Amino acid sequence: MGRYLVRRLANYLVLVVVAASLTYFLAGLSLNPRAKFEGRNPPLPASSITKTLDEYNMNPDTPILTRFGHWAEGVVHGDLGKTIEGDDVNDDFGRRVGVSTRLLLIATLIGSAGGVALGALGAIRQYRLFDRVTTLASFFVLAMPVFVIGVALKIGATALNDGTQTIKVLGEYDAQYAGQWNFDALVNRAQHMLLPALTLIILQVALYSRYQRSTMLDVLGSDFLRTARAKGLRRRKALVKHGLRTAILPIVPLLVYNIVLLFTGATFTEKTFGWHGMGELLVDSINKQDVNSVATVGLFSAILVLIAGVLSDLLYAALDPRVRVR
Amino acid sequence: MSVQLPPATEPAPGPVPPGETPGRSAKARSSRLRLTVRRFARNRLALFGLFLLVLLFLGAYGGPFLTKWDYQQHDFLNFLSSPSDDHWWGTTQGGVDLFALTMRGLQKSLIIGLLVGVISTFLAATVGAFAAYFGGWTDRVLMWLVDLLLVMPAFLIIAVLSPAFRGATWLVFVILLGAFSWMITGRVVRSMTFTLKDREFVKAAKYMGVSAPVIIFRHILPSMASMLIIDTVIQVGAAVIGESGLSYFGFGVQAPDVSLGTVIADNTTNASTYPWLFFFPAGCLVLIGVSISFIGDGLRDALDPNASGAKARPPRKKKQPKQQAAAALPAQVTASGSRPTEPGTPAGSQGAAS
Repeated sequence: MGRYLVRRLANYLVLVVVAASLTYFLAGLSLNPRAKFEGRNPPLPASSITKTLDEYNMNPDTPILTRFGHWAEGVVHGDLGKTIEGDDVNDDFGRRVGVSTRLLLIATLIGSAGGVALGALGAIRQYRLFDRVTTLASFFVLAMPVFVIGVALKIGATALNDGTQTIKVLGEYDAQYAGQWNFDALVNRAQHMLLPALTLIILQVALYSRYQRSTMLDVLGSDFLRTARAKGLRRRKALVKHGLRTAILPIVPLLVYNIVLLFTGATFTEKTFGWHGMGELLVDSINKQDVNSVATVGLFSAILVLIAGVLSDLLYAALDPRVRVR
Repeated sequence: MSVQLPPATEPAPGPVPPGETPGRSAKARSSRLRLTVRRFARNRLALFGLFLLVLLFLGAYGGPFLTKWDYQQHDFLNFLSSPSDDHWWGTTQGGVDLFALTMRGLQKSLIIGLLVGVISTFLAATVGAFAAYFGGWTDRVLMWLVDLLLVMPAFLIIAVLSPAFRGATWLVFVILLGAFSWMITGRVVRSMTFTLKDREFVKAAKYMGVSAPVIIFRHILPSMASMLIIDTVIQVGAAVIGESGLSYFGFGVQAPDVSLGTVIADNTTNASTYPWLFFFPAGCLVLIGVSISFIGDGLRDALDPNASGAKARPPRKKKQPKQQAAAALPAQVTASGSRPTEPGTPAGSQGAAS
């Protein structure tokens, strides 16, 4: 088991390195940082643009391999390079991971718990009204792109607000509360959090409940559940302790992958509601022709896949009694 | 006996599976088709989905003939006007008729979805089957490619490459979308091929000297046709959503062309005050998704020989058939887009972008 895990980890590491390098090459070849400076008013002299680009390691005239060498050397030493504005990517990255974490933590907790609960309940009441309604609702949610959910919630909130500002639709907090953590600031943050979190929760509940329903249905007809009832366990206890626990197991990898990948994947939610997290960086960095930031996003999401892979292997081993015995 | 029969059944050099004459297999196939159609028709939701999709297609291609407005035409007397007799779905900020614009976007979204669905399933079937059939190094290299593509953030890569196809045709975008959405199905095809390649009909073909590509395309892949059909349908839905997402940020369909994603994106700024600008195009997008998932679900039930719907409509209160339906479900999950049981799989590389 240990050797197997080590080999898997090594394989993942190679994949991460290759994927991150490929992303850098693609970004370096496809994006044009010079255009970003050339559009300035008053116009900058060509020589100073070249100098700045060289300084940021973004000059498209430098061979891509040389640029990649510089970048890779920096990354190995923990330096992700400069953004196109001349700031350190490291600082920007740290700030954005913080923002994404604050948004995702609550949303994923509620979303995954809600999805599992809804799916399991739907399975227990298969073909009854509750099951039909939740199934149909999740069909509709899954047929919607996230920005549609987000914008629809925004429109709904504007109508509910009716001129007041109870539900905030933009940003993480209002400017006057920056850096504060007192009661008023927390209330303000909660007002901002409501809609983006709700978007992510709706989405996750719909997705997980589909899978949880089908694994739970599978378990419901099983012999061990009948045995549990036969030995005198109450229905509820048997269903939760023997049924749900077994039924959660197959969807653990799905949960782990989705939750971990949301760090860069909450793009639409963050863009719609103006949160400056990692997902927003994904879109903004490309629009700004910011090669180093794009490469950072690529590296980060490749590492996230690695983390998710290892985490789901470990969690699976920890939760599944059959793996533990071996 | 096979001499008298029309050549329609097996035109290729590929031999007929042993023990089955062409005539019988043709009959079996047609009755299987009829059975599938009958089962599908019994599923009311699936029929509704099909009806909806046909309606969307008719609207997308016929709708522009019904209205006098063109999607490139600006009505300078009506900016941001609400739905009326003249402009059925209102107008945009530039005075473009929203109905004409949305129908045009619908055309593009539908055609992109269909193309991507077919391309990605074809890629998945080819790569998966070749990997498993040849095994060894072929398998290792191809599966490594699958892993790599799964690690690469698809959304980011396509977005990064978007400046490169800005001047080119939207077909480049279609190919890119297809190239990043076949991997998980490819793995499923591979594992199914592993079990099929030891079956007698494959071995017989092999020892008769039939070449490997012919065996794969004539004998192995048709054996998993139902899975591939279902997968195509699911991929169409996923592609429509993926396309709209990329186009929403300006990374997909480019300026003279419009898709539902760009129509929605162009009008989001006014969405709160002029909600119809959002609800009409977004509604069309959702209807595509819903109709496709209904159809996919119905096809799954119709093509799955173990489904309870095979016998009759599931009785409402009886215990037994329900549990059979339950047992059939995990297999269906396996056939769908992203499956939870497969370790090392970023579930839905496109769906992950939320």
